[in-house]
Amino acid sequence: MGIEDEQDRGRRRAGQLLFAALFVLGALVLLAYLPDQTAWKSRTRLFAQPRFWPGIGVAGMVLFGALHLRAEARRLGRRWPVRADWAEARRWGAVLEHAAWFLAYVWLVPRAGYLPATLVLAPLLAWRLGYRSRRMLSIAVLFAFCVVVLFKGLLAVKIPGGALYEYLPGAWRSFFILHF
Amino acid sequence: MDILLSALETLARWDVALALLVGSVGGVLIGAIPGVGPAVAIAILLPATFSMDPIVGLTVLLGIYGSSMYGGSIPAILINTPGTAVNALTTYDGHPMTTRGEARRAISLAYSSSFFGGVFSVICLILFAPTLARVAPMFGSREIFLAALLGIILVVTAHRRQSLIAAAMASFGIWLNTIGLEPVKYTKRYTFEQSWLSSGVNLIVVVLGLFAISQAFVLLMSEDEKVRLTRLKGSFFQGFRELARHPRLASVSAGLGVVMGMIPGVGEFTAQFMSYTYAQKTSKRPEDFGHGSSEGLIAAETSNNAVPAAAMVPLLALGIPGEALTAMMLSVFYVHNVIPGPGLFQNRMDFVVALYVALLILNVLVLVFLLFATNQLIKVVRIPNRFLGMCVLILSFVGVYSLRNSASDCALAAAFGVLGYVLKRLSLPVVPIILGMVLGGIMEVKLRAGMARVKSPLDFIDRPIAMILFLLIVLVLALHFTRVLRDHKERKAREWSISHASTSFASRLYRRRVTLSKVRARRLRAKRSPFSRPSTDGK
Repeated sequence: MGIEDEQDRGRRRAGQLLFAALFVLGALVLLAYLPDQTAWKSRTRLFAQPRFWPGIGVAGMVLFGALHLRAEARRLGRRWPVRADWAEARRWGAVLEHAAWFLAYVWLVPRAGYLPATLVLAPLLAWRLGYRSRRMLSIAVLFAFCVVVLFKGLLAVKIPGGALYEYLPGAWRSFFILHF
Repeated sequence: MDILLSALETLARWDVALALLVGSVGGVLIGAIPGVGPAVAIAILLPATFSMDPIVGLTVLLGIYGSSMYGGSIPAILINTPGTAVNALTTYDGHPMTTRGEARRAISLAYSSSFFGGVFSVICLILFAPTLARVAPMFGSREIFLAALLGIILVVTAHRRQSLIAAAMASFGIWLNTIGLEPVKYTKRYTFEQSWLSSGVNLIVVVLGLFAISQAFVLLMSEDEKVRLTRLKGSFFQGFRELARHPRLASVSAGLGVVMGMIPGVGEFTAQFMSYTYAQKTSKRPEDFGHGSSEGLIAAETSNNAVPAAAMVPLLALGIPGEALTAMMLSVFYVHNVIPGPGLFQNRMDFVVALYVALLILNVLVLVFLLFATNQLIKVVRIPNRFLGMCVLILSFVGVYSLRNSASDCALAAAFGVLGYVLKRLSLPVVPIILGMVLGGIMEVKLRAGMARVKSPLDFIDRPIAMILFLLIVLVLALHFTRVLRDHKERKAREWSISHASTSFASRLYRRRVTLSKVRARRLRAKRSPFSRPSTDGK
């Protein structure tokens, strides 16, 4: 029995069937949209058609996705999701909270500015994750400050200044827009 | 010789020297932190390198790529947790050596093997570069299309037991790449009349979502673990003496790393397994493998470190990335208008050699850093998982937002982050999506260009290299289907040999009844147990 067999046995079973079914469903929806969302030009060869490569991609998704679904159903010995699959799906849903934190950060940066938004988010998220000690919260604040100084101050990555910076007095305003 | 001098001149700049230092030290640090890995770091740093000179930006990224595996061996040996995915095999023999009190020997052997693998591959490729420069111009549109097709087939078939979902993911990547305005006929594809989709889905947004944000989610959803570290005393030079006693094993492992690294879609894992199997078969003590064998450790670490330099060959010579990390680097080339492919070897050979020399210097820098800083470095494995997840999430924002300052890019990256998280939970392949996107784009352009001069399908493979590539594709597919059939037969035979239960409906009902009665009895026993917690209901 090789290493691949061990890996195969160690693969999580719950959720496999549900994911495969959702993937095929999504692929079928995209296939249904193919004539509407792509063009077919007259007097153009098949390989140069704008529809050719999206067609290859979507057809591959449907074909291989369906074969994978069939193989999973056989491997698991069932055709429909069971309670464990739905429990696994709830676990997928739980990650949306962290995605929401990320999107809130995205919303906050152009308004409050990169430095204030990061200085707020890092300790707040650390608090939410259960790090309540002063030491960990201080590390979170220090990390946030270092990230902003490194990327905006030293590497000069393109992140616009926050709307809040407009209220700063003259020289401070341009300094903050440039470096923080 | 002139090319080498010219390459050294390219590198003799303070910013390149700084990039080498940052890349090597940063790569080792990132490699040593379990759960981060080079893919996450490269994805985050990618947009920051766009404003740098191509050689500086690529040196930083190459530094992280080449040195992360050195760092990844430290937690693999000390706490049985690989720092990067490719260090998984190091745990087989590295950790048993730690448990019997030989941690320093294992780490020093891993460093020396990694150094040998890295240097061996770079020297091989510098010597091989003139030949590549002669062969690369023979690749026209048809040959590059066939090479990209071969790459995508190899990526899919390399996922043994998961080739169907890998093919579906690669197709998903091909489809993703087609979204937006089509560049020849100027028609919209899958934009659903949304203006933010007209410019297409950016590769870096997908990469950051699938690698960095999804990894942040994995860490944020995990539990913190307490790590107990072994203090290492003494020097790390003894590994070189031990490595010198196995010259054949080290050379074969490094050679396998070079060859496997050059083949798109194959990479470190295959090289490691092949060299490990070779080491076990030729060893005088094969029973020691998996229980702290020094030869096993040499095979694993030498072969994986020989891959990064070799993986640059298809990228530089043909413009075809063989795996996710080189696919990310391709975008750095495009941003700086340096088009990798046959022309690069013909016109900018000094640039190619400069990259290889940078890798050579990098290996020396990493080794020197590790020989003196290992005891301080191992402390990074103590960073709690969820705190690390918070750090990765904040860093991911810089990567996505600095691209175009677009909130929709960030939302898309978050969506891909969720998808990546689900794929990681289910142990399903992520890399085929990225390679599908990159190779799909190459195939579309090259097929259109290649078919313009072709009258019949056979004309497509009438040139020698095209014919060789076509035969390779047929061979790979034939081997894959043979293996699938053999696996299927083996699985059936195993099922028949262990399955004694009848599959009739009545037997199934009977077994179900027995299971239910067992569960009921267990529940009753728990209820009546004197140790069970007394119920407070109804009292």
